[in-house]
Amino acid sequence: MTDSSVLIDMQNLTKVYQMGETKVVALDGVSLSIDEGEYVAIVGTSGSGKSTLMNIVGLLDRPTDGVYQIRGQSAGELTGRQLADLRNREIGFVFQQFNLLARAPAWRQVELPLFYANVAGSAARERALETLAQVGLADRADHKPEELSGGQQQRVAIARALVNRPSLLLADEPTGALDTRTGEEVLALFEKLHEEGLTLVIITHDQEVAERARRVITMRDGVVISDSGGAGTAAAGGGSNGLSEPALASLPRPVAIVQVEEKVYEAG
Amino acid sequence: MKLVRYFPVAVSSIRANKMRASLTMLGIIIGVAAVLIILGVGRGASEDILGEVASQGTTRLTISPRTGSNGDSAGSSVETLTMGDVRTLSDPAFHPDVRQVAPQYGGSIQVVAGNENTRARVTGTTAAYADVHKLEIAEGRFLTEDEITQMSSVIVIGTTVATDLFGRTQVVGESVRISGEPFTVVGVLEESGNAGFGSNDDSGFIPIGVAHGRVFNVPRYRGEYVVTSISADAVSEERVDAAEQQIEQTLRLRHGLGADDDSDFSISTQASLLDTIGSVTSTLTLLLSSIAAISLLVGGIGIMNIMLVSVTERTKEIGLRKALGAHTSDVLLQFLVESLVLTLLGGLIGIAISYGAAALVSRIPGFPIDVLIGIDALVMALGVSAGCGLVFGLYPAMRATRLDPIVALRYE
Repeated sequence: MTDSSVLIDMQNLTKVYQMGETKVVALDGVSLSIDEGEYVAIVGTSGSGKSTLMNIVGLLDRPTDGVYQIRGQSAGELTGRQLADLRNREIGFVFQQFNLLARAPAWRQVELPLFYANVAGSAARERALETLAQVGLADRADHKPEELSGGQQQRVAIARALVNRPSLLLADEPTGALDTRTGEEVLALFEKLHEEGLTLVIITHDQEVAERARRVITMRDGVVISDSGGAGTAAAGGGSNGLSEPALASLPRPVAIVQVEEKVYEAG
Repeated sequence: MKLVRYFPVAVSSIRANKMRASLTMLGIIIGVAAVLIILGVGRGASEDILGEVASQGTTRLTISPRTGSNGDSAGSSVETLTMGDVRTLSDPAFHPDVRQVAPQYGGSIQVVAGNENTRARVTGTTAAYADVHKLEIAEGRFLTEDEITQMSSVIVIGTTVATDLFGRTQVVGESVRISGEPFTVVGVLEESGNAGFGSNDDSGFIPIGVAHGRVFNVPRYRGEYVVTSISADAVSEERVDAAEQQIEQTLRLRHGLGADDDSDFSISTQASLLDTIGSVTSTLTLLLSSIAAISLLVGGIGIMNIMLVSVTERTKEIGLRKALGAHTSDVLLQFLVESLVLTLLGGLIGIAISYGAAALVSRIPGFPIDVLIGIDALVMALGVSAGCGLVFGLYPAMRATRLDPIVALRYE
């Protein structure tokens, strides 16, 4: 361990997909470092490599080359089992489509990661209810997804991501399926969590979402083209998002157009 | 074992698809119920027969002629068991373990009383027969020694014969005719209650001398009347084998058989009869249950099919679980336990149905056998259901573990 405040460290990450005869380079030598307590947005158009980066950061995928360290542990040296345990303890996932289990009440959803952390029974239930209270849904614990609004569903998903007290919350288009007002609820919650010291990494193409973050990393064609604050330079809770000119220029065009692109991407 | 913790997950997933789950279980339910009922019927039938055999005494030996295999009459079917053999076997000096001997000669013949007539199995025998065969008398008595030696025209009949001829069973003192010869009824046998094995309801017993001399046209062998069979009673169950040896020795000597010759008679004991019945019923039961087991196989394939559908349907859930930290083994066990719960539940319902069927059958009046489902069959049924779940759930569960979480999370 070099620096105890460094949570994530990437050195020269590349990811190459073999698509039939052709090779697709999704990541082309990305080096990044994220400290504990940072609030980072990774932006870029579809095909920029941001999703691939998120999968690697989330330990769901392995890089073709390069070193990825989380809390000083090199992911390349870990077994599938160890990676699963790290995902369980260190990383909380928030997805665009919430990915809640149908028919299960909210507290059951939140309890799910505890099941894989071998916490069971009333201890698990209590912690699930506690975490639901933390996202402001104490009175919705017994509601099933179909009885909750989109914003509430996403907050349940966030509670699920937080229940194991991870070091990192990894959100992929967390407001993508929400309207502006409920999206705002979720962003306000992120703000609160950030102030409580949680490290947040949000993947988005939404400029407004990105602007809320303290640090914005812009990607294009598998490389980082701008970074508003290098590792350690953006102080936690620093306030300014410090977007540089090129970063702004590379930000996605207006939302409507991007969403069309997004659909193409999803279908692919 | 932490296996238990996967059960709530499995149960809630099954409850989410009740209709599908119950249709899937149907195969296992039918298979288990069919196997159990068939095993129960087989067991009931064999207990019934074995009980019947045992009630007739386990000390009995039956000597039957084996036709056409001795030196004198190779190829022909001359019966060589005679009254001479019976007299010799009755000598306790050479057969200390043989208590009593009763010859039989009989056949199916018309019995007439007034305007009524019926066909009965009429057997000529001696007074010892009642004791050797543990006959129970409802009315009157069995044949006496005096009647045998004096060749009296008397008959003891079964209840079917009595009711066919007289419409009642209190017929002691009545007269019947066989081959034009009048007989006085001196006794009526106790009704045996079933038309099956060992029943004497359609029988009649007359003195052996009468059967030989007046009723049947009986051939002679070396000057002696032949007999259809000889029953002997050993002094005790332990001495049955010794009695068998003594009888065999005497008969081989009397029939002039050399050391290399095959016996021209065979001796069967109740024990050997029990063995034979046991092996016949178990072979039959095995055959029938393997047919029933095919429906278990079909049910198992149904389980596999539905589990594969379930895995595909829940691709996204599997991806999510993996992202949230599920190990490969967690995913494997989740789906294995789910198919295990399906088949175990099916097995339990199948067991309940088979028990219901057994209880129902026992209420049908006059149904000849009970359906007996033993604990061993229950354990086997549960084991087989669980085995089905594990075997047919394994492949779908392995499919689930192989899903890539990134792809699975995007799955629509």
